[in-house]
Amino acid sequence: MTTKKSTSLPRSKAYVPLVIMVLLAAVPSVTSNSYVLHVLIMILFYAVLSEAWSILAGFAGQFSLGHAAFFGIGAYTSTLLFIWNGISPWVGMFIGAGLAVVLSLIIGFLCFRLRGPFFSLVTIAFAETLRLLFLNWGPLTGGPVGLLVPLSGDSPTNFQFLSRIPYYYTLMAITLIAIYVTYRIRNSQLGLYFMAIREDEDAAQSLGINIIRYKLIALAISVFFTALAGTFYAQYILFLHPDAIMSLNFSIEIALPAIVGGMGTIWGPIIGSILLTPLAEFTRSILGGGYAGVYLIIYGSILILTMMFLPNGITHAIAARNRPASRSLPRKRNHECVGS
Amino acid sequence: MDPTVFEQAIVSGILIGGLYVLISIGLTLIFGVMRVINFAHGDLMMAAMYVTYWLFTLYGIDPYISLVVTIPILFVIGSVVQRFLIDRVLAGPQESQLFLTLGVMLVVQNLALLFWKADYRAINTYYTGAVIRLGGVFISVPKLTSFFVAVLLTALLYIFLTRTRTGKAMRATAQNREVSSLMGVDVRRVYVIAFGIGTACVGAAGTLLSTFYYISPTVGTTFTLMAFLAVVLGGMGSFTGALFGGLIVGLAESLGAVYVATQYRELVTFVLFILILLVKPSGLLGRSRV
Repeated sequence: MTTKKSTSLPRSKAYVPLVIMVLLAAVPSVTSNSYVLHVLIMILFYAVLSEAWSILAGFAGQFSLGHAAFFGIGAYTSTLLFIWNGISPWVGMFIGAGLAVVLSLIIGFLCFRLRGPFFSLVTIAFAETLRLLFLNWGPLTGGPVGLLVPLSGDSPTNFQFLSRIPYYYTLMAITLIAIYVTYRIRNSQLGLYFMAIREDEDAAQSLGINIIRYKLIALAISVFFTALAGTFYAQYILFLHPDAIMSLNFSIEIALPAIVGGMGTIWGPIIGSILLTPLAEFTRSILGGGYAGVYLIIYGSILILTMMFLPNGITHAIAARNRPASRSLPRKRNHECVGS
Repeated sequence: MDPTVFEQAIVSGILIGGLYVLISIGLTLIFGVMRVINFAHGDLMMAAMYVTYWLFTLYGIDPYISLVVTIPILFVIGSVVQRFLIDRVLAGPQESQLFLTLGVMLVVQNLALLFWKADYRAINTYYTGAVIRLGGVFISVPKLTSFFVAVLLTALLYIFLTRTRTGKAMRATAQNREVSSLMGVDVRRVYVIAFGIGTACVGAAGTLLSTFYYISPTVGTTFTLMAFLAVVLGGMGSFTGALFGGLIVGLAESLGAVYVATQYRELVTFVLFILILLVKPSGLLGRSRV
């Protein structure tokens, strides 16, 4: 399969990301600097979110711009279960992910008839609807004031730590699982179905692939990890606000590492996050709270430049340069937007 | 159900709908001519609102007079975005255009946030609070004035599209790019003009809106989605479709605000949007072109 080959780094370079992961795992034994760890945590955070997004967008070609909503469902579910019933967020994390998956399947079932930008639009509308509902459900979500996760000190059973190191390794575990799942998908029939749908939905359907079903599978896997990251965020930041975590801007932030790094690749979103997240974190810490949006100006500019000069992302560009004989990922212009 | 409440909602719906029409026509023009879905549409409107705000606050220029400034400025911004950014990705896959306009959205919105903070601002002219009473219905003077100016601009645009050579070239390009190119139409020039005019439309709407609506850096996204709703309702790329779509959305929001709850006004837009896309994605009037 040429398609499969062209979506991966050349074999000779395949060890590079692995080396990076091993180095990342070793960092806490070298430094316990809280800021360094925070930046690393944020790198992993956006890496796992973008990796999850890329399962749906990069492999199955469905560009959701509403993933922040599923993230929010995960974060709020585990937090509210913890506040109301004292259920540990470790458990709530999976309940939240389950709930987000169920909701995503309903939304997906309704929306997957729409193609291209129309699917993106309807996911934005869904996410904005949920954000506004959460913003107005005062008793449930704290409304515009936001929701504080109750502090329970150094309490590993409640997914709360005083040190950043346990957070770091927890997130690294989730990230590695997400990478492993993506790897398995890419090397399976499922992945081939996803890519067939991405390249040409009509052709895929005519070959007997139940496209709605496989889009839903891609969505469910993608949303599951997105919601897990939502709970992680709740436990790490300990504060939830619909405008911060369910906005369109956040949905774009989820997508950006994959777009810049390379969609439909295993390491693209990780590389994208390694490049982008420190930029955002450093800008934030240098300029301070008054200029909270500056990193989004940088992100927006990077997004524009990426589309203009590296439309397939960095990984594909490197792969194409190392293998001049083979074409980079073929993508066609799709005029047909709305399903009949 | 109080009949005057109903009448009041209908009147405000039509008045705001007139502005929605102008915003939607801008969006549908851009989509119709070059098949680009412009996610930055509402944010460019927000930029126009700030231009109007500062012209009024710093120099005391009346918002309606500032139209002669905002329309050209927004035309230039739109043309530049098309000529130097979007033009490069037009031949690529559709998601490239989508992400690029999202990038423009992020930049414009956060630049505004950087310069002017998240504060809500409003323009207070001597006629801001003025109302005319018609039977039991109160009509806000700035809303009424803005409505008529929007109708006038829409009519001018219609005449431009149907009577001038450039307008005809735009419609020809919308119908078939290859053929119009063969007939001697400079398609790239048409694209630049179409994007410029589409942006100028939303800029004019922003100025008109700012006479009675709050101004903030994040005001754009809702209007982008509102315009998409109106355009999808009427059929993507259709001028008359955008006319009907804009009015319907204006009425729906206004009635929704009265009979559901004011804070859910935006929610009505989004829920309608989802329903329309799901039930009839090709629009109520079927598909037609600019």
